[in-house]
Amino acid sequence: MRKVLLFIPLILFLVLGSIFYLQLGKNTQYMPSALVGKKVPGFTLVSLETDQLVTQEDLPDGPYLINFWGTWCPACHLEHPFLIELADEGVIIIGIDYKDEKNLAQQWLAQKGNPYANVLMDEIGRFGVDMGVTGAPETFVVDRSGMIVYRHQGVINAQNWPVIKSHLK
Amino acid sequence: MMMLRLFLLLITFGFTLPSMAEELMSFSSSLNQTRYQSLVEELRCPKCQNQNLADSGSGIAVDLREQVHQMIEQGKTDQEIVDYMVARYGEFVLYRPPHSSATFLLWYGPFILLGLGLLVFVFVVMTNRKRRGVSS
Repeated sequence: MRKVLLFIPLILFLVLGSIFYLQLGKNTQYMPSALVGKKVPGFTLVSLETDQLVTQEDLPDGPYLINFWGTWCPACHLEHPFLIELADEGVIIIGIDYKDEKNLAQQWLAQKGNPYANVLMDEIGRFGVDMGVTGAPETFVVDRSGMIVYRHQGVINAQNWPVIKSHLK
Repeated sequence: MMMLRLFLLLITFGFTLPSMAEELMSFSSSLNQTRYQSLVEELRCPKCQNQNLADSGSGIAVDLREQVHQMIEQGKTDQEIVDYMVARYGEFVLYRPPHSSATFLLWYGPFILLGLGLLVFVFVVMTNRKRRGVSS
């Protein structure tokens, strides 16, 4: 019995050691969104293309992506060609032109192509705060029932698209 | 001489620019200003992770500071402001996480370990004493 007690510190050390070891190398930037499992928050934003007011009522019926981007955001430039590919495959993407200027955004879409079903302007980043956005690019997957099911921080590319796609239904 | 003065002025103000931006916020009372200060120090920046809202220069921290400022001036309570942030960014934004089953170990783990350590200590002392008593 006494022999067993002697081993307790070693066992504790091993247990704690393995717990800490398993935590190593984890992506500490990853943060689950507080919005997952909730409806898209209400908004009234102006459409970049039509200048009309758009609210949450006007969002698509099927599953779609909400993509926050801005012309000021270098990573968004990297992401853009892949979004065009997705749009060609028939993925519906709602763009949120995040803290950007209208004419710059219009130029960008005219020059580089427009993958978005609609682009809404969030000039002051108010809708971004309601969506819990921390920067751009950031993408949300919304399912058929209008529920946010997944949030992806950073660039969408061929590597991470399968994971994002698996939520898009 | 003129250039030197200009240079000194530049480095002085260059380094204090971020805090100057905050001082431009106007508050209707000094209580509000104090509440603002303590809130932005309590809330964690969702982008930069190891900084609070007060320290961070990231775009989202600037936005959220402004949001805190507005909500205080609108007469929202501290709890309402904290709830607003948690609803959007999760409990992640709290430097002081709430007491719940998920954070139980975080809050009480050290005390439990301390208790265990004390128990082991007392146990070892007792057995040593007993053994000494037997041998003498």
